[in-house]
Amino acid sequence: MSMEHQILTPEIIEKQTKRREEMREDILRPLDKTSLAGKLWIAFLVVIMLIGGYAYYQQLKYGLIVTGLRDYASWGIYISNFVFFVAISLVGALISSVLRFTNFTWYRPITRIAEIIAVAGVIWAGLIIIIDMGRPERLLNVFLHPRLQSPILWDIVVITTYLTTSVLLLYLPLLPGIAICRNRLTDKPKWQRWMYKFFALGWNGTELQWKIMKRSIKMLCIIIIPLAISIHTVTSWLFAMTLRPGWDSTNFGPYFVAGAFLAGTACVIIGMYVFRKFYHLEKYITEVHFDHMGKLLVFLCLVYAYFNLNEYFVPYYKMKGAEAKLLTSLFSGQFAGLYWSAQILGMLLPACLLIFRKMRTPGIVTFFAVPVVVFAWVKRYLIVTPILLNPYLPIQNVPESWKNYFPTWQEMAIVSASLAGVLLIITIFARLFPIISIWETLENEGIELEDLDKLKKEKV
Amino acid sequence: MNKEEQEKSNRRNFLKLGLLAGGGVIAGTGITKVLSEEPETGEKVKVLTTDGKVMEVDSCHMNHPALSNKEMRKGIHGKKFVMVIDLARCGNARKCVEGCQEMHHKTPPTEWIKVKRMEDEGNPNPYWLPQPCFHCDNPPCTKVCPVDATFKREDGLVLIDNDRCIGCRFCMAACPYNSRSFNWAEPEVPEGTVMGEYSIEKSFPAKKGTVEKCDFCPDMAREGKLPDCVTACPNGTIFFGDANEDAVTNGEDTFRLSELLKKRAGYRLLEDLGTEPRVYYLPPVNRNFPFEEDTVNHNTEDYQVTLHKKL
Repeated sequence: MSMEHQILTPEIIEKQTKRREEMREDILRPLDKTSLAGKLWIAFLVVIMLIGGYAYYQQLKYGLIVTGLRDYASWGIYISNFVFFVAISLVGALISSVLRFTNFTWYRPITRIAEIIAVAGVIWAGLIIIIDMGRPERLLNVFLHPRLQSPILWDIVVITTYLTTSVLLLYLPLLPGIAICRNRLTDKPKWQRWMYKFFALGWNGTELQWKIMKRSIKMLCIIIIPLAISIHTVTSWLFAMTLRPGWDSTNFGPYFVAGAFLAGTACVIIGMYVFRKFYHLEKYITEVHFDHMGKLLVFLCLVYAYFNLNEYFVPYYKMKGAEAKLLTSLFSGQFAGLYWSAQILGMLLPACLLIFRKMRTPGIVTFFAVPVVVFAWVKRYLIVTPILLNPYLPIQNVPESWKNYFPTWQEMAIVSASLAGVLLIITIFARLFPIISIWETLENEGIELEDLDKLKKEKV
Repeated sequence: MNKEEQEKSNRRNFLKLGLLAGGGVIAGTGITKVLSEEPETGEKVKVLTTDGKVMEVDSCHMNHPALSNKEMRKGIHGKKFVMVIDLARCGNARKCVEGCQEMHHKTPPTEWIKVKRMEDEGNPNPYWLPQPCFHCDNPPCTKVCPVDATFKREDGLVLIDNDRCIGCRFCMAACPYNSRSFNWAEPEVPEGTVMGEYSIEKSFPAKKGTVEKCDFCPDMAREGKLPDCVTACPNGTIFFGDANEDAVTNGEDTFRLSELLKKRAGYRLLEDLGTEPRVYYLPPVNRNFPFEEDTVNHNTEDYQVTLHKKL
């Protein structure tokens, strides 16, 4: 791809400059004006968050009694949602780091979409876990009286580290983009111009700046791989470290990580589709990208299927006492509908159908990515609730509502608000900053780094 | 009450106290401190002093100096509390449940001790099983607590500091026996309850948004009394005692723990989980009562009922 050795004739330079200009135009255009639809979308998200805020106010006032949780189902959709958010946040590491170490370059226009999904996901994962707490005002106890034996402590450590690394991995490659915004979007309100100026950190595109930035990115990309694997492994340990049938599994770490890559990839596909359509980025997020992401989705579905086989078939073969009860409720009992939908629509069907090249068009790939995301959420509900409702000792002499778990409107409102929160972060980010990394895409096309133009011209 | 009975009752009091040498030691230190301050009640109790002598003191001196939270985390020195539940004696009277609720000012449907109808696999012969917290020696609950709000004491008890608990409920998820309850709402106490200062050993007053459970009544132990579930049981099903002294009592009968477990084939629930419970069961053989199904539905109302009124 690289054209480093190409002699830069004036014609080539002119061509490259033109392309560069064109790309800047294309990518900054969506930042010009927010359409009515865009405004309505933001308003919609804000309304959902306000409803969630009111529900949380009630929860703070009356306690977790407003939820459907009780002594047996003591964790519910807040925790499922937490696991889901951690899961989708892993994709940032997959797309921008794991793929970086391959010789592929096709992924470069979509790294930013993956990174912002990761950052938004991990921020809300942290928030939703605080929402789940009975005494959120005592959060500081975790630092005042920390107990290192607790997987929660490990989770806090890895999640904050992962958040920091992900933010940096989003921010550093964005520097040239912010600088372009600073230089070009001069008709924006004052605060916004100030913000571009502030966050551009005086980026001028000198050779040294490029060098430092690229080296830092490379380092972050290395650090983030073990971090990403740890955040989801530790999250799986919140369950696997217990003795409950269904959680007491050594397979949980890789099972969670595999599921996370799948869910996150599907999220990125949806993000790609939406931005491509509404920001008119067809030239940059092309059919090739959907074809590749479709292939990646198939691969991840198959890996996830493998871990599912280990997670469910092995105990099913043995049908051990308490586990048998749980598996029966999943396979043919109370949760069978959700379980089989999740396994088939969220994993097996996309794998079987997207194998065919003809199916891997933007529309169809996205069409299958949607159930993958939806059932990824459902799967995490199935990892939490049925296990708590199938303990070793029978549940007796309790109110009928304790034997089952159904989230209340407050819980659903809060969870919806958190989902809206993730989307709002992504939306606002994409309103303020270029959603496609201009320099990475240019580099991909073999065009020299944009801000080196002066230097090159001088040479010629 | 005639003289003979009184003597017997005194002896029983003494037996209970004997189980609590540590309590006595603390009482001993208590005596020197408060001897001149408290009004005498006229009721004499026998205690064991640090050097092993039996002393008779006025019951007012049995009140211990207030222990700090830090001391309550340590436990009663020299003790290893243990419980033995004789399933052959349980007739599902549910008096242990009520006694416990009364003592800890809990309202249904919260039960720190539960009575469950059990049926072993392949043996269609149901029996009743009272289930308190097992105060495991390898407790899965304390391991996972991020703030050390639930902890294991040297006397074997697993307790909770409700002033520190952040309400993450990881311990509830980790307990394979579901021994733990949560204060989902502002705790409701029966009318006329004196609230007083919070004490880890009393697990009272309960706090909204925190976890709670059976605590083996260490505050009672310090006073030389048995937990309420033990004394409330009309059938003497539950025995409480000290493994170091190798003795357990239900207030009527006292047994040597090791002999009782051996003779009656004592076992622990879900032994293979490796949690090392401190509660032993004696199998339901040669039962005192034939098994009768419970015809009453207990705890049919959720707390939600009162909440709906509020909202």
